[in-house]
Amino acid sequence: MKGLFEVESKFPLANEYTNAMSRVLPRVLLAPAVVTLFLWMIVPLVMTIYFSVVSYNLMQPGEHEFIGLENIEYFVTDPDFWPAIVNTLVLLGSVIAITVVLGVGLALLVNEPFPGRGIVRVLLISPFFVMATVNALLWKHMMMNPIYGVLAQVWIFFGQQPVDWLTYHPLLAVIIMVAWQWLPFACLIFITSLQSLDREQMEAARMDGANALQRFSYLVLPHLGRAIAVVIMIEMIFLMSVFAEIFTTTGGGPGNDSTNVAFLIFKQALMNFDVGVASAGALFAVVLANIAAIFLIRMIGKNLD
Amino acid sequence: MSFLNLKSVEKSFGQHRAIKGLDLTIEKGEFIVFVGPSGCGKSTLLRLIAGLENLDTGEIHLDGKDISKLPSAKRDLAMVFQSYALYPHMSVFDNMSFALKLAGVDKAVIREKVERAAKILNLEPYLERTPRALSGGQRQRVAIGRAIVRAPKVFLFDEPLSNLDAALRGQTRVEIHKLHRELGATTIYVTHDQVEAMTLADRVVVLREGLIEQVGSPLELYDHPANQFVAQFIGTPSMNIVPVQSSDSVTGAIGMVAPTSGFFGIRPEGIRVLPAGAGQFQGRVELIEALGADTLIYIDALGTSLVARQNERTALEPGNAVGIELDSRFIHIFDRDGKVVAAPQ
Amino acid sequence: MHEKLPLIIRSIAAWAAALLVFFPLGWLVLTAFKTELQAISVPPLLTFPPTLENFSLVQERSDYLLYAKNSLITSLVSTLLGLAIAAPAAYSMAFFKTKRTRDILMWMLSTKMMPAVGALLPVYVLAQSAGMLDSLTALVIVFTLSNLPIMVWMLYSSFKEIPKEILEAAQMDGANVWTEFRNVVLPLSIGGFASTALLCLVMSWNEAFWSLNLTAAKAGTLAALIASYSSPEGLFWAKLSAASLMAIAPIVVFGWFSQKQLVQGLTFGAVK
Repeated sequence: MKGLFEVESKFPLANEYTNAMSRVLPRVLLAPAVVTLFLWMIVPLVMTIYFSVVSYNLMQPGEHEFIGLENIEYFVTDPDFWPAIVNTLVLLGSVIAITVVLGVGLALLVNEPFPGRGIVRVLLISPFFVMATVNALLWKHMMMNPIYGVLAQVWIFFGQQPVDWLTYHPLLAVIIMVAWQWLPFACLIFITSLQSLDREQMEAARMDGANALQRFSYLVLPHLGRAIAVVIMIEMIFLMSVFAEIFTTTGGGPGNDSTNVAFLIFKQALMNFDVGVASAGALFAVVLANIAAIFLIRMIGKNLD
Repeated sequence: MSFLNLKSVEKSFGQHRAIKGLDLTIEKGEFIVFVGPSGCGKSTLLRLIAGLENLDTGEIHLDGKDISKLPSAKRDLAMVFQSYALYPHMSVFDNMSFALKLAGVDKAVIREKVERAAKILNLEPYLERTPRALSGGQRQRVAIGRAIVRAPKVFLFDEPLSNLDAALRGQTRVEIHKLHRELGATTIYVTHDQVEAMTLADRVVVLREGLIEQVGSPLELYDHPANQFVAQFIGTPSMNIVPVQSSDSVTGAIGMVAPTSGFFGIRPEGIRVLPAGAGQFQGRVELIEALGADTLIYIDALGTSLVARQNERTALEPGNAVGIELDSRFIHIFDRDGKVVAAPQ
Repeated sequence: MHEKLPLIIRSIAAWAAALLVFFPLGWLVLTAFKTELQAISVPPLLTFPPTLENFSLVQERSDYLLYAKNSLITSLVSTLLGLAIAAPAAYSMAFFKTKRTRDILMWMLSTKMMPAVGALLPVYVLAQSAGMLDSLTALVIVFTLSNLPIMVWMLYSSFKEIPKEILEAAQMDGANVWTEFRNVVLPLSIGGFASTALLCLVMSWNEAFWSLNLTAAKAGTLAALIASYSSPEGLFWAKLSAASLMAIAPIVVFGWFSQKQLVQGLTFGAVK
């Protein structure tokens, strides 16, 4: 441990302190962040593990009986469990698919200059900055209301019966909301990535006789590959915790049609007040998230000098 | 009593031994040039002197004081960086006065010193500009001005001309030379360009792979290289090197005693090109480079490619047969390891 | 690859896509200035005499200003607190690099990847026993911790962008750690501080998960306020739109200015 903070590379400031100072100062500067994040990581984790093996109900705070794996069993055998997993995967998969495909398309469209490009970009990225609850209610009421909503009016205009999204297609409704919010994110990332595309390489391909589709498949898509991977992983991590939209609109229902794992845990915790079961579920979610995170970290690590 | 003294200096970066133990003394007012191929350690050596790297072993003494463990800020040295390293958010005036401001020097004195340096470097009209608004040459002068203002014990230059275009480089080189004459300050100058080394230096330090190959005045190095490396490094085009055996007809012809298998070298200006049949050896012209004032003739002879240099124009063409004569005044003999064995006096 | 497509077609397609994507937001803005009856009119109204009554109605109905104040306080304080903790750490890692620096940075980023729901229960239980449920303090702490990894990362990146030679020049000029920081590092990294702060503000302001779960009437942020419009009585679309517009407008505008930092921060620099 002693050698841990031995300043080894000759970066400018280190020169001044060739003795004790050079070991103390960096540690002192790092300490607050490291300590707080360490606590933030460890404390909830330890507590969650503890809760998951005891019986703990918020309504009866005094009793914490050790019950081993019973909580996990209960969570997993909950009739809502598998639907929640499926819903989570469907949500994840759909949103990722929509945002990546449309994101790439939009990024390509906007890549070359045209009149008003700046404004178009601004319009495209706006949804990402809208807070989740506004997003949810905007769609629930103004857009998706089966009588007065904009979508209903459009359906009527085309002579069709309006769809009651939230009642009959709740998961789809949530998917639309979340995809709308994250499309700008994917789009921005792809726009950034496209900007680093080597122009000369494209020109060389042009001269070699490649047409637009071939240039796209052989040059653009591989270049975007990394960005796409990053988008997928980041969305996987953040989308697993989709909560606010469900909470504010469908409440997970009807039934469990739009309940995902995060909402299920919430339901157990703050609606059934069963901390034990909810914690077991939380552990489950954490493990899932970590798997995705490991891949993302590795990819970031490669990028770090 | 030497002004700057390096003793048994060593520096490694991980596994790589950048400086392998060298000694050097520099007198006050000298213009010393560190020169050598990429990776020879010249920049590292400069940075060790500056205090931007720490010594592994050895000592550095400046004006009688041991500065080996002192931080850069306290060594009273000034450095002109290859990329100029100007403070982008400060005006030229602030860039040049920064060190003095930190030292708590009186404002009026600062102004006077900065203006004086600006005058020498023709920077007066630019004092209020920021580096962004300056050309490369101007930025470089600010970098030099920043060093001059401090009147340090030693000026350190790290390849200052590399980022300039060719025309500006020649011009600035002359200016630096004049500046040194005017200020008389002790200067250490690092470059990979041996033309800069030859023209600017009082003494040249040739480095290779962390060791000093030779130290001497430019002409000393040119006329009396201590080994084959220095002989080939200094001078363009480089000295012609021909491998020989002691039993060779070549050695007989040039009338010098060579060690068992070694090399002999001769500078391009030491080869006389004669009509075919004449001279000591025969060869064939490969290529002619007519530079105007000089003409370089590349000849295939003695089993290798030689370059001859002459002042007169030539009517020769590639493929012509020629004879060559070697002027024994310019022949150097090296043993198998490259060390000089015999040389012209 | 699409250079061949005529400019006109591309422009029209791009504008159409942009307007389509932006439409829901645009509709929100319009509805905020309608009366409740106009808001639910069939067919939907595109032109109408605008009114500002909703904005004051929102305040009457649910003390909008209180929630706005809470959002403001939690965002600002958590940003400042975050900067105070993150800056020294980033500084240390940028300028006193060690063998472990990379690992520490990666570890910090990995804490951000933990799903919020994983910490929900422990935090809830802790807050409850500390009597901090429905308190701004709890929110500030959680926001700060959530954003800390990204702040460290972004500040680290902006410190690293300062060319090493400029710092060496400062050293040669006689600067010590403090004067070097004050005269060179700080002025050159102000931009980085600004964008880090901006991003953090945006993320804290929009934060909904913790606001919904940890607060009730007193410490609710705007996110929670909007959630209360989920199924109220009577006509409320116009009011909802007005409340939403006020809640999101500053952030959306901020967001327009911080696009690049967003990409940097949220992808942890994995995309250049």
